[in-house]
Amino acid sequence: MSEPLAVSPLARLAKSLIGIAVSLLFTFVGLLFVTFIIARIVPIDPVLSILGDRATDAQIAAERLRLGLDEPMWKQFGIYVWQALQGDFGVSIRTREPVIEEIARFFPATLELATLATLFGVALGVPAGVLAATKPGSWADQIVRLVGLMGYSMPVFWLGLMGLLLFYGVLGWVGGPGRLDAAFDMMFEFEVTAHTGMILIDTALAGRWDMFANAVSHIVLPAGLLGYLSMAYISRMTRSFMMNELGQEYITTARVKGMPESRVIWVHAMRNVMVPLITVVALSYASLLEGAVLTETIFGWPGLGSYITDALMANNMPAVMGGTIVVGMVYIGLNLLSDILYKLVDPRART
Amino acid sequence: MSAGMSQITTWLRDPNPTSRRQARLGQAYMAWLRMRRNPLAMVGLGIVAVLMIMAAFAPWLAPHDPITQDLSNRLHPPFTPGHILGTDDFGRDILSRILYGSRITLFIIGLVAVTAPVFGLAVGTVAGYFGGWTDEILMRITDIFLAFPKLILALALVAVLGPGMENAILAIAITSWPPYARVARAETLTVRTSDYIAAVRLQGAGPVRIILGHVMPMCLPSVIIRVTLDMAGVILIAAGLGFLGLGVQPPLPEWGAMISAGRKYLFEQWWVATMPGLAIFIVSLGFNLLGDGLRDVLDPRSAGR
Repeated sequence: MSEPLAVSPLARLAKSLIGIAVSLLFTFVGLLFVTFIIARIVPIDPVLSILGDRATDAQIAAERLRLGLDEPMWKQFGIYVWQALQGDFGVSIRTREPVIEEIARFFPATLELATLATLFGVALGVPAGVLAATKPGSWADQIVRLVGLMGYSMPVFWLGLMGLLLFYGVLGWVGGPGRLDAAFDMMFEFEVTAHTGMILIDTALAGRWDMFANAVSHIVLPAGLLGYLSMAYISRMTRSFMMNELGQEYITTARVKGMPESRVIWVHAMRNVMVPLITVVALSYASLLEGAVLTETIFGWPGLGSYITDALMANNMPAVMGGTIVVGMVYIGLNLLSDILYKLVDPRART
Repeated sequence: MSAGMSQITTWLRDPNPTSRRQARLGQAYMAWLRMRRNPLAMVGLGIVAVLMIMAAFAPWLAPHDPITQDLSNRLHPPFTPGHILGTDDFGRDILSRILYGSRITLFIIGLVAVTAPVFGLAVGTVAGYFGGWTDEILMRITDIFLAFPKLILALALVAVLGPGMENAILAIAITSWPPYARVARAETLTVRTSDYIAAVRLQGAGPVRIILGHVMPMCLPSVIIRVTLDMAGVILIAAGLGFLGLGVQPPLPEWGAMISAGRKYLFEQWWVATMPGLAIFIVSLGFNLLGDGLRDVLDPRSAGR
């Protein structure tokens, strides 16, 4: 009974941090185990794919030794985990570059797209969900519900194609595939330093506003479409959380005191809605990384999704597995982040 | 309403059922009445029914052969006589291909629906029933699979297994079981200490018998709701794999692969990519609407949300 009192807050914090670290490590090793198993059942011989089929027997034997393929399975897995912990996911078969360096080059484009899309999704989804929750059953509620369900049901690659057809092909309002017009592409390569790899930030830092405007016209469509998908999810969840809060007694008290309804909703109820909403936003951010795989192939966007699919087509297994692990890690990281934020926002979760 | 019909409904509505079957059918009838009041759910049910009819009667409904090429009739626009949705780059009637494609879609979701939930149910009920280390280990494994984004894991699996319908189905099933395990475990935890389980155990039933006969049935309603809601996602992932050329291979009329084929002609012959996408959209919307309605009907906790 008295045990919780005996533990000091510091020790409890340390204990929860260690718990988080252990479960993180466990999940990470599990993730690697799955990709390891997948990579081992590939019918492609890794040695042949590196050396080509003209290699001599001596070369093959040397390469097998170098890759550690003669070791027992558990030892191979140990080496694999050790290398992965150091950020070594092997060498891309096509370019002979380390996979991690290639991923570092491709990742910012995806990050930029997913971040912008999440901003769209939150900016539209939260007010829509609140509107639907305050007037349940109204036409506004029905529209929010239907728009949300449509977002759930739309194949993202088809939505991308339709968006390109309408806004680029027919109306000409936005730039087409790629991050910049072809004319700017070369200029960007030579005249702008890639500080972050995110095109909007880099062009703004360089003061090239003409290029910035062009980049905006290219990113607005893919980010808008992904933003719609995340809005679908966020508005639905916001509605459900908000309805839950509005039924509570403290809301009635606030209303009885004569508080303006907008303050009741946006200050009193919103503070409590925020808590579960953080998890939802983190999850939708993570799922956008996934949606980005198909969207990027449609929009010729040089991000992680394009990287993985291109590598798939070229049977470049180290690149596919490296990309898969990175996406999995971002997933785990976002889940962890939302857990921590949850604890910061909700005092009840701290104890 | 005829006399026989009203007799049946009276029998179904009888507040004092005389047999277990009457009670069950009565419950189902009441659920049906509740669902009938939800117009969107009925729309969803209608869409799913149409999909099944399309798949069953494709050879009779389709005006043309879905595979045979007819290069003299390439890329006709919609509403061309004989080709109401137009033709594709090989002169094949798009409507016929969509009709036959419904068979592939239904086959994929059918196989996923009978494999992934069963596996997830087994893992979840075993973990929940035994608890302790069994629970810890099984749920950790589940968490690892949940840590992967579904599509990316499916991509990686198909990449090593090789493209094709069977491998796509296998990959989707492997990526979709964890949520069912979670749901089943949660339900199991609520029933495993209940008196009726204790009674069965006192009668000498072993764990296998208890789990199969007395725990799993309690998990079924929530799993069924999940399955219906998940079917839309399965359709989208299958179409995504087809679109990337990793799922069902041409010339089979899979909807995702058809969109991919129409991509080359997007700006001039828009209908080639648009029509199969509409089919995917409508069918997954149907499953979403139906699943939403089913949840309201079968799961009183979330009703009205």
